[in-house]
Amino acid sequence: MSENFILVTGRTVKQASGLHKGKDTDAYRRAVTVVEMNPEDMARLGIGEGRLVRLHTSAGQMEAPVHAGALPLKMVFIPMGPEANKLVGPETDGTGMPSFKGLTVEVEPA
Amino acid sequence: MKTVVENVTCTFCGCLCDDITVEVEDNRISRVRRACANGRGIFLDYDPTPKKPTVAGREVEWEDAVAAAAEILVRADSPLIYGLSSSACEAQRKAIELADLIGAIVDTTSSVCHGPTGLAMQAVGEPTATLGEVRNRADLLIFWGCNPAASHLRHFERYSLNAQGTLVPNGRRDRTMVVFDVRPTATAKAADQFFQVLPDSDFEVLAALRALVQGKEIESDSVGGIPLGRLRDLTERMKACRFGVFFMGMGLTMSRARDINVRELFALTAQLNEFTRFIVIPMRGHGNVAGADQVLTWQSGYPFAVSYARGYPQYGPGEFSAVDVLVREEADAALILASDPVAHFPHAAAMQLKRIPTIVIDPVVNLTADTAQVFFPTCCYGVDAEGVSYRMDNVPIRLRGALPTVRPTDESVLDAIIETVKRC
Amino acid sequence: MLGILNGKVYDPSNSVEAQVRDVWVKDGRIVSAQDVDCEKAEIIDASGLVVMAGGVDVHSHVVGSKVNAARKFRPEDHYGNTRERTALTRSGSGFTVPSTFLTGYLYAEMGYTTVMEAATAPLVAKHTHEELEDTPMLDMGAFITMGNNHFIMECIRDGLMEKARDYVAWLLNATKGYAIKIVNPGGVENWKWRRNVGELDDEVIGFGVTPRQIVTTLAQIAEELGLPHPIHVHGINLGRSTSARTTIETMATIEGRRAHFCHLQFLSYGKQAGTLHRSEAAKVAAMVNANPNLTVDVGQIVFGEATTMTSDGPLQYGIHMQTGNKWMNDDIENETGGGIVPIRYSRNNAINAVMWRTGLELALLIDNPWQVLLTTDHPNAGPFIHYPQVIKLLMDRGYRSAMFERLNPRGRKGALLPELHREYSLSDIAVVTRAGPARVLGLKHKGHLGVGADADITVYADLDDKEEMFARPRYVVKEGVVVVVDGALVRERRGKTLYVAPAYDTGIEADIREHFRKNYTISIDNFSVHADHFPHREMVCCR
Repeated sequence: MSENFILVTGRTVKQASGLHKGKDTDAYRRAVTVVEMNPEDMARLGIGEGRLVRLHTSAGQMEAPVHAGALPLKMVFIPMGPEANKLVGPETDGTGMPSFKGLTVEVEPA
Repeated sequence: MKTVVENVTCTFCGCLCDDITVEVEDNRISRVRRACANGRGIFLDYDPTPKKPTVAGREVEWEDAVAAAAEILVRADSPLIYGLSSSACEAQRKAIELADLIGAIVDTTSSVCHGPTGLAMQAVGEPTATLGEVRNRADLLIFWGCNPAASHLRHFERYSLNAQGTLVPNGRRDRTMVVFDVRPTATAKAADQFFQVLPDSDFEVLAALRALVQGKEIESDSVGGIPLGRLRDLTERMKACRFGVFFMGMGLTMSRARDINVRELFALTAQLNEFTRFIVIPMRGHGNVAGADQVLTWQSGYPFAVSYARGYPQYGPGEFSAVDVLVREEADAALILASDPVAHFPHAAAMQLKRIPTIVIDPVVNLTADTAQVFFPTCCYGVDAEGVSYRMDNVPIRLRGALPTVRPTDESVLDAIIETVKRC
Repeated sequence: MLGILNGKVYDPSNSVEAQVRDVWVKDGRIVSAQDVDCEKAEIIDASGLVVMAGGVDVHSHVVGSKVNAARKFRPEDHYGNTRERTALTRSGSGFTVPSTFLTGYLYAEMGYTTVMEAATAPLVAKHTHEELEDTPMLDMGAFITMGNNHFIMECIRDGLMEKARDYVAWLLNATKGYAIKIVNPGGVENWKWRRNVGELDDEVIGFGVTPRQIVTTLAQIAEELGLPHPIHVHGINLGRSTSARTTIETMATIEGRRAHFCHLQFLSYGKQAGTLHRSEAAKVAAMVNANPNLTVDVGQIVFGEATTMTSDGPLQYGIHMQTGNKWMNDDIENETGGGIVPIRYSRNNAINAVMWRTGLELALLIDNPWQVLLTTDHPNAGPFIHYPQVIKLLMDRGYRSAMFERLNPRGRKGALLPELHREYSLSDIAVVTRAGPARVLGLKHKGHLGVGADADITVYADLDDKEEMFARPRYVVKEGVVVVVDGALVRERRGKTLYVAPAYDTGIEADIREHFRKNYTISIDNFSVHADHFPHREMVCCR
């Protein structure tokens, strides 16, 4: 059973310090392979803190552990990076800028 | 033996804090003072040990790597030069010289960052100022679609919210802070007023504010999830302040209407100058992306997404921007300078980079370097090389080298490639 | 070694007018014939051609932060105005705001060899120097804006004139600038409060000083420091009907000290019934004629596309509100401000018609060509590539009159211009486009062809159509090397950045350090321009 959420990607402090260590390190990978979600949404989907969740769009899919975060209902946040970018499509609507924020993603427990 | 180097500039983000103190022991940076959690790693995690360049994963001598890179570029019909944002202007100038020489497309990280901001500025203009004007005068700060608490950690203390200024002697107490975002970020928590906007509704909210500033009536009770009354109050506050500032970021450039969102904000800012002084400063992300805009503009006339394929510069956001070029398979070789598109591009574009021969010039091995045909491990401007970078408000700052320059600079590698290409 | 033989030489600095003479060059300088091995020299046969020194532009906005913001902001300016790269040259684009390489090539192809960047804010001086390095073919310098500078205004307020003088000297050294530029003194600071100034004795908010005090203080400082160029003044009230009056008052207030008033056309208007300003060129010209200590440049309107860009923040906002065109603004902490608005001048527009004739009236009514230099305040009144058209307007009364007749009739009403029959001679043109600018800039080796001068030489065909003549020189020589033949570049060369380094009491540095700590967002140790920033440079001495 999957639901549609809005995806927002962006910077986090952990993502930044991870990238200094090296993008091939565990620190970086952990920092960018994570999904934040409103705890009410987590409860409704039956996903516990730290459990894996799967997200997909027409561009692709990814899995990551989910953490409760300060987000409105039906919104997920993933730090910018290669995991988030599996979900981001190539269309730029003629601007050069892909849709890094505001994408509709399907979310379900992994 | 320890040396202390003062007035060092951190190049992580567009803040370009130039008050960093660095301690050097045994040719490594042992301690950093005043750098934030995002920037410290640039200094502390940096290994200046010279490394050999690689071709097809094998270490080679520098001349051989240069020859290999030149050959890739000369053979290509449609080369792409991309990135530039975390390198100094000296190297950016060379990258563009190379593009002009080989008829390449040259694009910078602006395309996936504040490119839409540039498009908006080209459409309606941009009333702006340097950060010192904010620190010294601003009594109303409105952060729209940006989260400096995660991305520009010393912004509040050095330039905006908490900074003391000549007309703002009490710092935070003399300022009102407003945040517009789709989620309650750490920045929102610092605000006096938080406006949570429904996703992809920034344009409507901005249009409503523009109408209210002009004294027009709005029929809905709310716009973009925000009650009209709150927008009315904000409008009065904006008109009555002494010196108002918008800071804007990816929340506007990356969501549905892209540059049209930003256009609306810039037009609102201009309109507010009928009542008081109001400016806007885009929160440039990388340390020298503002410099990349500047250098590409003064050399070609255009700030990003430039093609030299016809022998003269052509401007084409959406056509010559890197993501589009890669996704449409229109580049048959790429030179990536000081950025990591394999990490930061949509998957389809990142994968294309793995399919074409790529040359990467960067101080560290990043995800793009992992897949490169030729990799040049260069020094890091601001750590072990001097150079110039431009802050988010376009103030050029000279970068010191805290460590001696042992590795080649981006500039020297590009120069060598240019000379080799000319001889081909 | 080079010999330009049998040309008709115009060298007003050395009282040479239309004399057929040889000009000899060696090691980048003009020499006498005996210093050259004539057998070995490259020879240009200039029989029937006109020979002058290379053009010197005393005021043009071509490099730096504001110009580049204009380039970025106006991609539409560049479409269709492109230049392909060649084996020798870089590509480029732009019409009113050309990219840097193209700027150098266009000026060189027009016979200019020295150009002064009209305004640079100290905080962003490094940007100017980076662009200077990427502008080939020309020797250049930058004027540093100081007329709204906080440190200076505080010194004036506190009566500390010596401190102000040491600060100005320090600032010129730190920015590697060439001269003191003043733009709307006090008005740009007041714009940060959404106000302006309108009179010389209006108060600058927060400082309690006046525009009059700022101008007189800086005029005095320029003299005491022995700077080669006097204060360069864009006065208050640009564009307004009070401008002619306050221009004359400003000229009077400096009491015989040297000063250069720039793009004076924009500041020579008066009031008349109705909405149109009147040209007060006659009154302003009379003031200039009576004061040999003054020089001006015209800022002549050329019909067509232009880009207004100045440090005059409130002015630029006003142009935005008047035209509805897109607007850039940039306030620079503690120093200055400015803005950019695209504009189009049309002969059918009555206001533009008045502006157009005001500039020509000034040029024709100021008697001494050494006092009235040719500019279009590029790109504010028009792009520099139109200088040849302005030259023709000055030299050819018939052409001038034909253009006048095609102006909007309301803009022609009551005009003085038709009564002005004066035509500039080639010698006059040599003065207003090279000898005069070089002299007022204090560039002893420029603008003339005497022995010892820099070998910057332009050779023109002697054509009846002066626009064609000056648009396409037959030869241009830069530092002794032929760079242009028949209006086309044959060699690319770098020029030098010219700067001054006046002495000052280093005791002031502690105060400046404190000023930075309190007011700036950049460390004073990261502020100054370093010499390695611009390897191609030449210091011009102060007196």
